[in-house]
Amino acid sequence: MKKAFLPLLLLTTAMFAYAPVVIAHADYESTMGLVQKVMYFHAPSGMVMLISAVVCGVASALFLWKKDPAADRVAIAAAELTALFGLIVLVTGPLWARKAWGVWWVWEARLTMSFVGWLIAVGYLFVRKYGGPGSDKLGAALAVFGTANVPFIYVSVNIWRTMHPMTTVVPTLQAGMRGAFWFSALTLFLLYGLLLTARVHLERQRAALDQLYLSEED
Amino acid sequence: MFLKTALLVLRKDFAIEVKSREILYTTLLFALSCVLVFSIAFVKEGEPLEDAAAGILWIAIEFAGTLALGRTFERERYGETLRALLLAPASRAAIYVGKMLGIVVLLVICELLLVPLVALLFRSRLFAAPALLVGLLLAGTLGFAVVGSLFAAMLVRARTRDVMLPILLYPMTVPLMIAGVRGTVALTQSPVDQTSAVMWIVLLLCMDTVFLVLALWTFEPLMTE
Amino acid sequence: MTADFDAVTLLEVSRHFGRRRAVSRLSLSARAGDIVGLLGPNGAGKSTVIGLLATLVTPTSGEVRFGGASARALGAALRRRLGLLAHELHLYPELSARQNLTFFGELYSVPAGRIEAALTRAGLDERAGDDVSGFSRGMRQRLALERALLHDPRLVLLDEPFTGLDDRAVSIVADRVRELAANGAIVVLATHDLDLAEGLITRVALLRDGRLIAEEPATTGLRARYRTVVGSA
Repeated sequence: MKKAFLPLLLLTTAMFAYAPVVIAHADYESTMGLVQKVMYFHAPSGMVMLISAVVCGVASALFLWKKDPAADRVAIAAAELTALFGLIVLVTGPLWARKAWGVWWVWEARLTMSFVGWLIAVGYLFVRKYGGPGSDKLGAALAVFGTANVPFIYVSVNIWRTMHPMTTVVPTLQAGMRGAFWFSALTLFLLYGLLLTARVHLERQRAALDQLYLSEED
Repeated sequence: MFLKTALLVLRKDFAIEVKSREILYTTLLFALSCVLVFSIAFVKEGEPLEDAAAGILWIAIEFAGTLALGRTFERERYGETLRALLLAPASRAAIYVGKMLGIVVLLVICELLLVPLVALLFRSRLFAAPALLVGLLLAGTLGFAVVGSLFAAMLVRARTRDVMLPILLYPMTVPLMIAGVRGTVALTQSPVDQTSAVMWIVLLLCMDTVFLVLALWTFEPLMTE
Repeated sequence: MTADFDAVTLLEVSRHFGRRRAVSRLSLSARAGDIVGLLGPNGAGKSTVIGLLATLVTPTSGEVRFGGASARALGAALRRRLGLLAHELHLYPELSARQNLTFFGELYSVPAGRIEAALTRAGLDERAGDDVSGFSRGMRQRLALERALLHDPRLVLLDEPFTGLDDRAVSIVADRVRELAANGAIVVLATHDLDLAEGLITRVALLRDGRLIAEEPATTGLRARYRTVVGSA
């Protein structure tokens, strides 16, 4: 894991640097123009956010039932990244909407779901910070509930939003865009993996430091 | 044994409430105030906005419920009686169920007042399909109580518990609220949109089941340090 | 399984909260008839030890054994043999004395006669129907003690039971504790009040910074012994 980190970091940086080129060469979307290219960051960020939320939920469940501290470290790292990538989605979404349809916010299903999921992720971070003693378990319970809620959020928000149909936000991907899309997606997935690893490593160092303090007293 | 413990806790809360009726009366009055404030926001030129009644009803339930949750668990915090309950030989999940049922009963009493009031004030056809409305309200209230009781219990020791409870509860109950509000709107259509309403009720019951199972699993690990 | 035991043992138990070590590799055992005094300055870990013995706090390392079996092996039935009285008293002020005892009695499946006996013991027969919120501290303490002992626990845990009590109330509590030990209970009493502990406890466990500094039978001159061992704190 450690050995692969630096090469992967270099690879990801290179991909990021090259991404604008790939995106610029992708097909130009006729109806929305240049601004549609925000989608190459917006949509994969949404995917990463969802993946991260599930990672957090699973790790939290493991922590709650097996009391494995490593699981807790993964959970907090994943929660922070869920909030981060959620923020990217919630910022790029309105930026796109403003230029494409002239409004800053649309109550479109996926954007709404991201908003709810983001609030839950931020709630998790607040619990860890302000929850007082035992906040690691409280956060874990919240994450478990949040992840279990994902299908319900999906179904309820989708049905709610399709009752008042509006212009499709994400057009079906044309062939000329697929290459750029998956390139961007892969870049972001790699970035996520690296950030998660680095963050978990930080937590592990913190735990090791606590252990040193504790054993120093013996 | 499990049910007996839950009912004991419920009866104890009931006995406390009967003496002072403090939580009941204040929750009811708060719900009324909510409805008033929302009316000011959602009544335009003397006419309520379309479907406002459904939204106002469920928001009032959620806000009043959040306050009631906080104060019900505050009671257990005062003499550290929650600790004493956890020390009892009974199943700890049974204690959770007892508190949860107490919240359900309290909210149902609130709804008995709120629903006719909202129907009256907003001239809404809430009673067009009463059986379905009752089913919808019960399913939604149960879901809210299940999640809310767990969160309120786990926040009992936190210093910031008063503000943390809404912060955590409101996003988590978004699907519940959507189902409740859209289901109520379906019931106020003419003719009544029964299929939609039933669909929302079924969704609510699924949520109730999943959340209840999760709550029963997580209560004990959460309560032991 | 009745889950009864005649000794409770802490084996190299540690409990830490993040960086703070509340209890550090503590080994202690107590037998039926002992009145063990957990003494130490504030922050020594006395309340954590009580929590560990009550199975409300789980150790981060080490084990708590009740008559040779671990808490997990014994399950919920173990709690039937535990009684706890902490500073907060565990009473519902909105309910009457009798209602409080009845509630906990039913929770522990205690026969109804014991509730009346407990009320008499606490000297609250005339006030049994009055709400606890109207009681003085001493009355509440007596009621709280009886509530904790209602189910005849084997292990009696008292965390600062003398706080805010007048002399008469203190001697009532002390007599009750002696009676419990004489009847075979294991009593563990945490306090920082050395004078009150002196005539009561049979064994002394001195704690500081989560460590067991000394463990010995109780003798006179407790305060002097404490100062020597723990240091003036």
